[in-house]
Amino acid sequence: MNKLNFLRPNIENLNTYLYSGIFLISIAILDVTLNSFFNTNITSFLPNFISFLLPLIIGTVGLHIIRIEFSGIKNLDLLNKNINTNTFNAVLTLLIIFAVIKSIPPFLSWFIIDATISGDTKEACTGTGACWTYIKIWLNRFIYGMYPNELQWRINLSFIALIALAFVGLIPSEKFKKFLTLYYVVIYPIIAFVLIYYLISGGAFGLEWVETGAWGGLSLTFIVSFFCLIFCFPVGMFLALGRRSELPTVRYISVGFIEFWRGVPLITVLFMSSVMFPMFLPEDFFMDKLVRVIIAISLFEAAYVAEVIRGGLQALPRGQYDAAKSLGMGYWKMHIFVILPQALKLVIPGIANTFLALVKDTPLIFVVGLLEIVGMLNLAKTNPKWLGYAMEGYVFAAIIFWIICYAMSKYSYNLEIKYKTDR
Amino acid sequence: MSDPIIKIEGMNKWFGDFQVLKDIDLEVEKNKKIVVCGPSGSGKSTLIRCINRLEEHQKGTITVDGTELTENTKNIEAIRAEVGMVFQQFNLFPHLSILDNCTLAPIWVKKMPKKEAEELAMKQLEQVQIADQAQKFPGQLSGGQQQRCAIARALCMEPKIMLFDEPTSALDPEMIKEVLDAMVNLAKAGMTMIVVTHEMGFAKEVADEVIFMDEGMIVEKAETKEFFANPKSDRTKLFLSQIL
Repeated sequence: MNKLNFLRPNIENLNTYLYSGIFLISIAILDVTLNSFFNTNITSFLPNFISFLLPLIIGTVGLHIIRIEFSGIKNLDLLNKNINTNTFNAVLTLLIIFAVIKSIPPFLSWFIIDATISGDTKEACTGTGACWTYIKIWLNRFIYGMYPNELQWRINLSFIALIALAFVGLIPSEKFKKFLTLYYVVIYPIIAFVLIYYLISGGAFGLEWVETGAWGGLSLTFIVSFFCLIFCFPVGMFLALGRRSELPTVRYISVGFIEFWRGVPLITVLFMSSVMFPMFLPEDFFMDKLVRVIIAISLFEAAYVAEVIRGGLQALPRGQYDAAKSLGMGYWKMHIFVILPQALKLVIPGIANTFLALVKDTPLIFVVGLLEIVGMLNLAKTNPKWLGYAMEGYVFAAIIFWIICYAMSKYSYNLEIKYKTDR
Repeated sequence: MSDPIIKIEGMNKWFGDFQVLKDIDLEVEKNKKIVVCGPSGSGKSTLIRCINRLEEHQKGTITVDGTELTENTKNIEAIRAEVGMVFQQFNLFPHLSILDNCTLAPIWVKKMPKKEAEELAMKQLEQVQIADQAQKFPGQLSGGQQQRCAIARALCMEPKIMLFDEPTSALDPEMIKEVLDAMVNLAKAGMTMIVVTHEMGFAKEVADEVIFMDEGMIVEKAETKEFFANPKSDRTKLFLSQIL
């Protein structure tokens, strides 16, 4: 019996248990690390099967030894409480650690160590890793699409101007603050449209006209996302109000609209906007493909935004409506000053969700022949000189989309905190 | 006798198939204080919600300050602007500061200049003794303070009539007094008030008349002293014996 006491860790010999436990765990991790990074096996003298399982066994024993309840050492208690509560959890913990260690080397070697970035042609990529040369050579196309190289300053200039104008809200001036909402909801989109229409599209003021078919890449992703976000929000808001209206006509139209757009896949909407829509228009009426696509996506997403906002409207207690009405406010005043500010605050996470989905839906515009960043990747990977680098392209696109979406989601968290009020 | 400021004749109201108010006849003269009491579900709250048309009535007429309540939205909004209401759940706007709660309606409904509205709001907040809380948000105030703010908010519209829908029922016992004090002051200043409450002490102190309702009907309507000293119907006697 006495011998077994060794296996029952207690607090009296805390240090002994702690050091021997940590020693065993270190050996286990060291073994896996050496194996994974340097392809050496320090336990090769043992039979294959045992050598394979040894780190797991040693690690589990090590974790068992340091499983001392209420040791008084903060980090140890935290560790025991969270990832080392019993043998099963200890094994799971070790397996996860080993899996991470095992997956780092192939990952690193593909991304960095064996990757190539020098050179200008496919022949430069001789390594087994990623061929970043491909991204480097095509980067300009991925960002600007088929937009003529010598005119790309126009895109840069308008984007810089738009970003600068977006920061107007930070100017601390009481007088100006009243107009901020008006500025962001009405004036800013108009400025953006004018900039993009005259500067990027051109055709006036001596600027050469560039047809929208040549636009593409990341800049097109931004343009489409930007306008769709701006348009779908107010449309969705009115639909949400319409769906709760007391006027039957307004209500039925809103419900019908929402259910129609929610019921069809985006890809068919886009297809129809480009193929079927022009058939219903008079001969001499022309609407640009890009404009049609933006309208189609906006209406599609507006239906989702409407349902999200409706959730917020329904979450408000009836007393808020009663109080506003009892003060003599009419429908619009009540909604603008009392209901919507509270409802929109509640649905920031839901709206952010819809907006993220919208940004990630933009690649679908390839069905009408507009090539934003993923579309350009598809084009580039089928180029005979650069066959076989689809993986690099998609990883690149994934990283770009992740950065955009993560920034948006961070921003929405900030908004949530900024507008948080206790009830 | 002057013309009544509120006149209800033969008013009936249904929620679906359920009749909540039956043949209500009521006249309230200017500057009178009426207390409405009765068991829960008797239609007291619905009655006063009908007076500023937060609820629609289906039969009969309600005339407030010479204007009949009909489908006409303009009339309804005009009447609501001169009938203040205080709710059981306070219903302050949580996204606005106390001061903004009070100035919102005067500025946007009565088109009062902002500065004037703020002065008026501070005066009313002073009256209910929470002027020092003006910059805080409703969530930071105690229940009693919130309800007093709600009273001030309603008063900022300078109403002719004030409706109180169980203003103290959602409050902790020690906060009831501060709200009742504010209401007593208001009564002394001569406001026309209709108060739904279970606070019989308040009724005895300020009410001119007490109305007892049960099952959607006005069972008894009498002068305050008469009502408590010598209730006529058995139902009223039973209710008073339980509540006093």
